[in-house]
Amino acid sequence: MKKFNNHSIISRWIKGVMANKKAVVGSSLVCFFIIISLFGQLLTKDPTAFLSTPLSPPSSEYWFGTNGQGQDVFAQTIAGGRQTLLVGFITGFLVVIIGSIIGGVSGYYGGKIDDILSLLINVFLVMPGLPLMVILASWLPPGPLTLIGVLSLTGWAWNARIIRSQMMSFKNRDFVSAAIISGERNIRIIIVEIMPRMLSLIASSFIGASIYAIGAQVALEFLGLGDVSAVTWGTNLYWASNDLALLTGSWWTFVPTGLGIAIISFALTLINFGIDEVTNPRLISERIWKEKISNINKIDGVTPVVRSNE
Amino acid sequence: MNQSFNYLLRRLGFYLLAAWAAVTLNFFIPRLMPGDPASIIFARFRGKLKPEAMNSLRKTFGLTDEPLIGQYWTYLKSIFQGELGTSIAYFPEPVTNVIASGLLWTIFLAGTSLIISFAIGTFLGTLIAWNRGGKLDSILPPALAFIGAFPYFWLAMVSLYFFGFKLGWFPLGHAYSDSLSPSFSFSFVISALYHATLPALTMILVSVGGWMLSMRNTMISTLGADYITFARAKGLRSRLIMFRYAARNAILPNFTGFGMALGFVLSGALLTEMIFSYPGQGYLLLQAVTSQDFPLMQGVFMTITFSILAANWFVDILILFLDPRTRN
Repeated sequence: MKKFNNHSIISRWIKGVMANKKAVVGSSLVCFFIIISLFGQLLTKDPTAFLSTPLSPPSSEYWFGTNGQGQDVFAQTIAGGRQTLLVGFITGFLVVIIGSIIGGVSGYYGGKIDDILSLLINVFLVMPGLPLMVILASWLPPGPLTLIGVLSLTGWAWNARIIRSQMMSFKNRDFVSAAIISGERNIRIIIVEIMPRMLSLIASSFIGASIYAIGAQVALEFLGLGDVSAVTWGTNLYWASNDLALLTGSWWTFVPTGLGIAIISFALTLINFGIDEVTNPRLISERIWKEKISNINKIDGVTPVVRSNE
Repeated sequence: MNQSFNYLLRRLGFYLLAAWAAVTLNFFIPRLMPGDPASIIFARFRGKLKPEAMNSLRKTFGLTDEPLIGQYWTYLKSIFQGELGTSIAYFPEPVTNVIASGLLWTIFLAGTSLIISFAIGTFLGTLIAWNRGGKLDSILPPALAFIGAFPYFWLAMVSLYFFGFKLGWFPLGHAYSDSLSPSFSFSFVISALYHATLPALTMILVSVGGWMLSMRNTMISTLGADYITFARAKGLRSRLIMFRYAARNAILPNFTGFGMALGFVLSGALLTEMIFSYPGQGYLLLQAVTSQDFPLMQGVFMTITFSILAANWFVDILILFLDPRTRN
């Protein structure tokens, strides 16, 4: 039996994604943000110090103006990204881990285990996220650990559901039956045989979960459920709204942070589009079709299905 | 018909189970937290609360000297009787009264925007899937994805600042003009619609992309089906194929998503209401958070969960009528 090389699947996959324009733009933006939030603070003023007249508009000295506490908004925007992104990515990771374990086990074993686990998944799916998060966060001591815990607990179910259905379709493929017959243990089959083939799904789930975690985290902190003394994107907005930024017309206190959140979320979404274009068979055939017959764009309502010889 | 009845009964069973899970979660969350809930509350409200408020708080959370099972039982019984305790922020008003005052506004605002956004998004999705590769198809999805990347509440803040504060086109908050009192008069209805316009628009703007994309994706695979080719071979008009043949079948997953989206939309609506000081559930939740009104918070959570479950069941019934395949 020919030994299957997992390494080649992964490297081929990475090559494919990296050749995609959207994925490249998205990941460069994400890298840019990560570098800025790691090292940017070395170049800015102290984000927590009282520096100038509160709510003064952008100037050459304070690029994004100052907020209601006389702090430099530019420094706060840079510094705020650090915790927000860290919490976002850790939560994204945890969500994918929990989702993959519960969804994977549920889909692989089926039967009674599946009945119970998918019931659990569905119950968590149908419960409204934000109010549940608010209740949990209001009882726990405010801080990044609370945010990570609360967001993972309310966010895993969606992921588990996607992994479960993918796992169920893999379970019936020949290579899994072959592995079962050759006597491999279930855990090994799941981790070594199936998981590498779910790589793009897991990667895009991680990205989706991180987007969710960044947005939900900012919303919770905006409500004052985070640690309001820390500098994060969420607390920046909390203070902006507490200092009546809207009614005093000081737009510079909330626009930079909001743009930061939007750009990072959009960059992550772009990576996901890229992964989808590289791995979704229908989109692959659409691309090949376009390359082959480039001037036939306007055949209304025909779905091109071509065989790829690559 | 018997089978569909069974199916609906099974779904009802699931929703009841989910409701029970929400109620139980509500009971256990305060008790699983580090420290016991009574002393957390005491510490937070030292000197701020009257003794009678404190007592009602203890009763609400079942923080009596009974064993845990006994407390749970008492709690379940009071929930079943529609007893959600006494609000702290609005003491001595019962939580149920406080919530009832805001529920209609939330249903009005979130419901209207959900339906409008669903209709527009589904229609646009049909259109761009039909004219795939066209101008709309290359502009709309990335543009809406970009808008969807903004935090919900932030977009609301900016539009309130711009359209409400700077341009003065829309009111800065509340559900109706302060000079009117709720009634079914013409001027009140107009005022309510006027106040709901900007919050609804922001919600539609961020949610329409999701409907559009899911409709586009299903529609594209529907367009590849044989019966479409056949309809084309028969020489039917394009518009007829587009709406009656393709869109009608492609819309089903969007309907299923409708129930699921309710949760997201309501959560988003909560934030929108907070920004626009719109007197619905979200505004109540914000007040509950700022004044640490635990009974009100839990009441809002349960009301929203129950409404979502009910709406989901309604969607199940609807799908049963719309999709013949589910009937057997």
